[in-house]
Amino acid sequence: MKTSRIHGEPGILLRAVLVLLLTTVIVGIGLVLFSQPPYPSLAGVVEDALVSRGADNPVTAVLLDFRGYDTLLEIAVLTATLAGVWALGPAPLIRETAPSPVLLGLNSVLLPLAPLIAAYLLWAGATRPGGAFQAGAVLAAAGVLFIISGRRPRQRLPEALFRLAIVVGLAVFIGVGLGVMGGGRAFLQYPADIAGAMMLLVEFAATVSIAVILAGLFVGGHPGSDP
Amino acid sequence: MSSGLLFSLAGLGLLVIGAWALMLRAHLIRKVLAINVMGSGAFLILVGAGAMGEGPVDPVPQAMVITGIVVAVSATALGLALVLRLANATGKPALPEDRQRDLMDEEGQ
Repeated sequence: MKTSRIHGEPGILLRAVLVLLLTTVIVGIGLVLFSQPPYPSLAGVVEDALVSRGADNPVTAVLLDFRGYDTLLEIAVLTATLAGVWALGPAPLIRETAPSPVLLGLNSVLLPLAPLIAAYLLWAGATRPGGAFQAGAVLAAAGVLFIISGRRPRQRLPEALFRLAIVVGLAVFIGVGLGVMGGGRAFLQYPADIAGAMMLLVEFAATVSIAVILAGLFVGGHPGSDP
Repeated sequence: MSSGLLFSLAGLGLLVIGAWALMLRAHLIRKVLAINVMGSGAFLILVGAGAMGEGPVDPVPQAMVITGIVVAVSATALGLALVLRLANATGKPALPEDRQRDLMDEEGQ
């Protein structure tokens, strides 16, 4: 318990205003939540539109077909974030400590499984829960496990390959979106007969990019100076 | 009480807790964590509200939330990288007006 207030500590007035503000938020959102239903469900609309499209899983269909712009912009945000982190400077060095044998043992089991799980999630995304983001997250987790184990690959991949993997998701997404235009179709409006193949192509490229970007964000800086 | 309503109310609680910490805590990593807690609350509200109506669960909020989670993760990573740079440059992980505050022991005042 301090007796004198430290310079800059939030005072009682600020706290009171904050309590008032947050109470308003609670009441406002609470009122919305208790009015049944809070907003009209789009489940029926999605269900009707799913007929003869490329994906049977409604969430995947919404992500890649009906609201493709959102997903495109999301991958753009991811790519821009990594550019921002790289711009802040080189990656902080991860200490070369002797990794725990538990971690190494776990890695030897989990790392080979990760691509298998990712491939399954990617494929399953068309019909049931799964998809590019889940698959990319699994691969990124495998990358993080490898990074914290302190091991280094015997041969470094060329940096150009990393950069290519980072932008391939966004590039393929935009390329496919532009490629399906023509014949009166809009950007990202897949023709019904090849919608499934197009979505799988986009998701595959996105998985690669999401995995590399998330693992790159964990590294926390430009990898160029890494020995 | 439907499970959707329960999720939404829990999300509302997280939103408020996160907002409180975001405003009052000085340590920037606490602020980043607070934004994360707020974000989780917003996601819970959205997904919970989508599961409240009659009939099948609304897939649109789920797709929005999965997009939001990825954006939140990347924003957190950028935020943490900025905090790290600021701490390295100034010696303290706090904003200029909070430099004088005790960053570690904020509870006993």
